[in-house]
Amino acid sequence: MTLTHRLAAERLTLGYGDRVVISSLDLAVPPGEITVIVGANACGKSTLLRSMTRLLAPREGRVVLDGKAVHRLPAKELARTLGLLPQSPVAPEGITVSDLVGRGRHPHQGVFSRWNAEDDAAVAAALDATHTAELADRAVDELSGGQRQRVWIAMALAQQTDLLLLDEPTTFLDASHQVEVLDLLTDLNHARGTTIVMVLHDLNLAARYADHLIAVADGALHAAGAPREVLTETTVKAVFGLDSRVIEDPVSGRPLMLPIGRHHSGPPGGGPKATGPDPAHG
Amino acid sequence: MSAPVTSPPSATLRAVVRGRSRRAARRRLVVLVLLVLVVAGFAASLMYGQTYYPPGEVLRVIGGEQVPGASFTVGRLRLPRAVLAVVAGFSFGLAGVTFQTMLRNPLASPDIIGISAGASAAAAIAIVTLSLSGTAVSVLAIGAGLGVALLVYGLAFKDGVVGTRLILIGIGISAMLDSVTSYVLSRAAEWDLQEAMRWLTGSLNGTTWEETVPAVVALAVLAPVLLACGRDLSALRLGDDTAAALGVRVERTRITLIVAAVGLIAFATAAAGPIAFVAFLSGPIAARLVGPGSSLLVPAGLVGALLVLSADFVGQFAFAHRYPVGVVTGVLGAPYLLYLIIRTHRSGGSL
Repeated sequence: MTLTHRLAAERLTLGYGDRVVISSLDLAVPPGEITVIVGANACGKSTLLRSMTRLLAPREGRVVLDGKAVHRLPAKELARTLGLLPQSPVAPEGITVSDLVGRGRHPHQGVFSRWNAEDDAAVAAALDATHTAELADRAVDELSGGQRQRVWIAMALAQQTDLLLLDEPTTFLDASHQVEVLDLLTDLNHARGTTIVMVLHDLNLAARYADHLIAVADGALHAAGAPREVLTETTVKAVFGLDSRVIEDPVSGRPLMLPIGRHHSGPPGGGPKATGPDPAHG
Repeated sequence: MSAPVTSPPSATLRAVVRGRSRRAARRRLVVLVLLVLVVAGFAASLMYGQTYYPPGEVLRVIGGEQVPGASFTVGRLRLPRAVLAVVAGFSFGLAGVTFQTMLRNPLASPDIIGISAGASAAAAIAIVTLSLSGTAVSVLAIGAGLGVALLVYGLAFKDGVVGTRLILIGIGISAMLDSVTSYVLSRAAEWDLQEAMRWLTGSLNGTTWEETVPAVVALAVLAPVLLACGRDLSALRLGDDTAAALGVRVERTRITLIVAAVGLIAFATAAAGPIAFVAFLSGPIAARLVGPGSSLLVPAGLVGALLVLSADFVGQFAFAHRYPVGVVTGVLGAPYLLYLIIRTHRSGGSL
């Protein structure tokens, strides 16, 4: 029942000032799946995400949604199809949770149109989906980091877009809240067929939750595909300049990357052992 | 769009509707009370003064009848003054809260970051040095206000505009422009204390229709522009990226807001001078009254009008001497400025 929208980048070149961050990149987002973008710091992952929601105009090439360049689409029309949760959104002082989530209805409202029952229903559904209903009347600034992140996701959900982009939604969260947020996004993807594209820092969480994994290095697409194909020792070396072992995650069966540093990496040939069930969150 | 994940969430829905109606009801009540107070203040400033005129006579004067005594005192002296108090106060409040919301900082109001000072200096130069009057003064004041806004924005721009830098640069520019105003006034052929007070702190003394009408027209044209941008302005409070993701054209909205707000400030300043701290105080007062989250445009405008009306009344009649309105609002505003700076400093954050 969900429309499948196709989002793609064609020979996309992006930059700030004189600096080129992404050059001539081609990328297709598989509809209805969870795509995760990984890469080293400052490799242009966030820049790529920003350009997909027209926050950044391309130098060359274009971002295409259903065959149309997103930078040509009317702003509100785009915002009804494509949502973005930026890395550090700002909550106005003292605003309550349900008020903030209601802001997600902005693209559905005209300049003078009144708030209607559909808006209320969308906000309520977003609160329920993110398990934040019991926080509805609380002020956002008194919530914990994990709660706050769920509230922001609820705001993006109230926007009711078929595509949702998230820039590092797990930053500043502890291990259990990281998993909670990613589980929540997976629920959404399964229940509504929402296409999700997110940037993640943690390679192992990326491999576990992605249907489609994209590795970006030096402003170009290094590898893209199923996590098993993308997360390899060679890719980790090429993208992060890091020696590693990649083994099968005993919990999920997905690939699990174990870094090899200069210390604590065991005798030569011995290799590290994966002990705990969840070493990814250390 | 797809169906919700869970079945119709009646309890949550009820909570959402309840919260929203409560916020809306509080806002309506605050706006209504402010409106009543502004009307009452307006009526009082027409009736009371050296001589008291009963409401009936005041209404007859407003209706255009010739009433001996009252026609001059109310019609020529008090009415333009009261209208300008409301219009200038509303303009300052509206423009101030626009800047404070857009730049997400209560210190970023036009009277702190030099825009009022620019408009004031230009108006003083136009009137005292160039002997201009009427529209020419307003045009010059708007040009200067926009110029200062651009200058401050330009000087503060480095990979985007950071609030603190913009405010500090604005305060510096503001000090420079105040000294320009002082210099112009000191070179004036006839040293007129009333004129000087007008351009330094703002004053409604000797207000005529000639000064009042341009400010009224500006408010009638520019206020709807700002109100139409109200929802986009609320979205900008979530950060530029979030606002853009919600379908706000950030740059275009910002330019519209700046031009409209500077226009309001400049017209009001050309008529009444930079009435101290009204733009700065109205928004935060309105925010405390209305509660978090709601749009502050109309409440802040009403608070501004009420501030100027009551400060002018107090300045005229509460003391042995008559003080211009800006002196009274300045006394209110300075402690709040100190409080804000101390609170910011304590919390260790940026401004």
